[in-house]
Amino acid sequence: MSLNKDILRTFLFVLLFAVLVVASLTIGVKQISWLSFKNWENSEVSVILISRIPRTIALILAGVGLSISGLIMQQISLNKFVSPTTAGTLDAAKLGVLISMILLPGAASSYQMGFAFLFTIIASIIFMQMLQRIQHRSLIYIPLLGIMFGNVLAAIGTFFAYKYDIVQNMETWMIGDFSKILKGNYELIYISLPIVVLTYLYANKLTTLGLGKDMAKSLGINYNLIVLVGLLCVSLTVSSVMITAGFIPFLGLIVPNIVSLFYGDNLKRSLPRTALLGAILLLFCDIISRLIIYPYEVPIGLTIGIIGGITFLVFIRKRMRYA
Amino acid sequence: MLKKRIIFLALLAIAVILVYMFTLMGTRPDYVLPRRAIKVAAMVLIACSVGYSSVVFQTITNNRILTPSIMGFESVYILFQSFIVFLYGDASFQVIHSHNNFILSVVLMLGFALILYFTMFRKENINVYFLLLVGLILGSIFGSMTSFMQMIIDPNEFSVIQKSLFASFNNVNTELLGISAITLVISLIVGSRLLHNLDVLALGKEHAINLGVNYQRLVRISLLLIAVQVSISTALVGPITFLGILIANLSYEFIPSYKHKYTILGASLMGVLLIIGGQFIVEHLFNMGTTISILINFVGGLYFIILLLKSRKI
Repeated sequence: MSLNKDILRTFLFVLLFAVLVVASLTIGVKQISWLSFKNWENSEVSVILISRIPRTIALILAGVGLSISGLIMQQISLNKFVSPTTAGTLDAAKLGVLISMILLPGAASSYQMGFAFLFTIIASIIFMQMLQRIQHRSLIYIPLLGIMFGNVLAAIGTFFAYKYDIVQNMETWMIGDFSKILKGNYELIYISLPIVVLTYLYANKLTTLGLGKDMAKSLGINYNLIVLVGLLCVSLTVSSVMITAGFIPFLGLIVPNIVSLFYGDNLKRSLPRTALLGAILLLFCDIISRLIIYPYEVPIGLTIGIIGGITFLVFIRKRMRYA
Repeated sequence: MLKKRIIFLALLAIAVILVYMFTLMGTRPDYVLPRRAIKVAAMVLIACSVGYSSVVFQTITNNRILTPSIMGFESVYILFQSFIVFLYGDASFQVIHSHNNFILSVVLMLGFALILYFTMFRKENINVYFLLLVGLILGSIFGSMTSFMQMIIDPNEFSVIQKSLFASFNNVNTELLGISAITLVISLIVGSRLLHNLDVLALGKEHAINLGVNYQRLVRISLLLIAVQVSISTALVGPITFLGILIANLSYEFIPSYKHKYTILGASLMGVLLIIGGQFIVEHLFNMGTTISILINFVGGLYFIILLLKSRKI
């Protein structure tokens, strides 16, 4: 019976996903009518091709990429509340973009992404090193440390931004926002695709990481290598999302937690669901952001900042009750 | 011994104020002096309110790493301010600087303090780390809500509103100086009558109750006072998240006493030293190339991480 339930649930998820994709293609200032599909004018076709499809693809990829990044980080750190948001990773990527704006003004976005990647990987390694030194890893303590680490990185960023008079760029441009995505400026986000595939291939090994360092080592796993590969994947994904869409908090944190609530911690089972749910959640938040002050848009970073934050609070309460 | 140290701090603070006021005035002292005087007045007010609120908050939560601003008090104040502008509608730019907004925000803050009291502090044995994480997340949610509301007020002028709404150290909200000074003095007078009870509370909640302290009432009033004082500092210069934790802990180190009379005074004096000294450095060394809030957030954030790491070892 539970198998049937499982299939039904998966089916519903896929259905929901499909509905959201269609909605994401439809909603916007330019009306698109699917009924008159055959006699679309040129303008409608080009709106779909140049704006709506790239936007939807970017949303899906960002949703999948960030949630999987969160899952990887949680496996590595053995802590359910570690994620790009709560380990300073997003702030590091932001700092990287900022430094590249200062050093190479007007550089191509691939250069910016290179900087973002460099900063995120360094920050991730520093954070993991910090974790190694702490003996008592309580569920609450580690994310606290990570958030503070992020705050310090953000303060460094603000220092330079203020000095070079680009605070405005920092504050407003980098709030996660998919409205500026057009064909030709979002393709960097495809970098997260091979990473998802890689994560699939590594899923078993990542699961063994979840047993802890000593256990994984005694099982013959090259612990340090796997951790490094995991961190590289996370850093690449986070920086590609940062370049194309901006700062999207909480997604990598809450999606793996929701999935593990229903499906446990077997990565082979939870990976596809995490990916799907990540995409669904981001599409959903984006649609809300587009409708709430129609025809204007609210940046999705704010919408998910509110929805995701509240969800996280619920999770903290829940976990604390059992802890 | 303690008194000597306090006097030493006070003299140092006065010296810093004098140096800030009267050195490097350039060619037009008549232009520079009044502006500096206003800034000094604002900064002293902030130092006192942050000093009092942080030390008292740490006593009632019984730890050294929580402060009201880390718990999200400042972002709540800013959220309320934006909310009021949102209700008033478009004529927002005048409204925000008026006294009405300040008073309304303070009233809302009092409500928030009561909610916090009823949801968090009535329970037995609150876990500090839990409280801290909740506070940080709440702060970030409130921040998003504030931007959200500003976005809805006027999507085209989003960044303009964001800039003009909020005070900073280089843009002190001088119109509120008088009213916030009065509010601060009143709240400090009320607060000074609680100091003895707080000294007893520092022994621990159970001991304090045994010794006849009305714990619930003490916490309630303290939270209300803290709400008022956070409103003052945030209204004048905007959020400075890590100031409270820095000056409270510096004060504990320099003035090892269980008497709040001394630690609060010490924290306030440390605040004066830190802010005005910092402002001097910002103006003359960095040539206004940075702000004191940025420096404090950087140093305070690092210090906070050290405190966290240390607190685990014990």
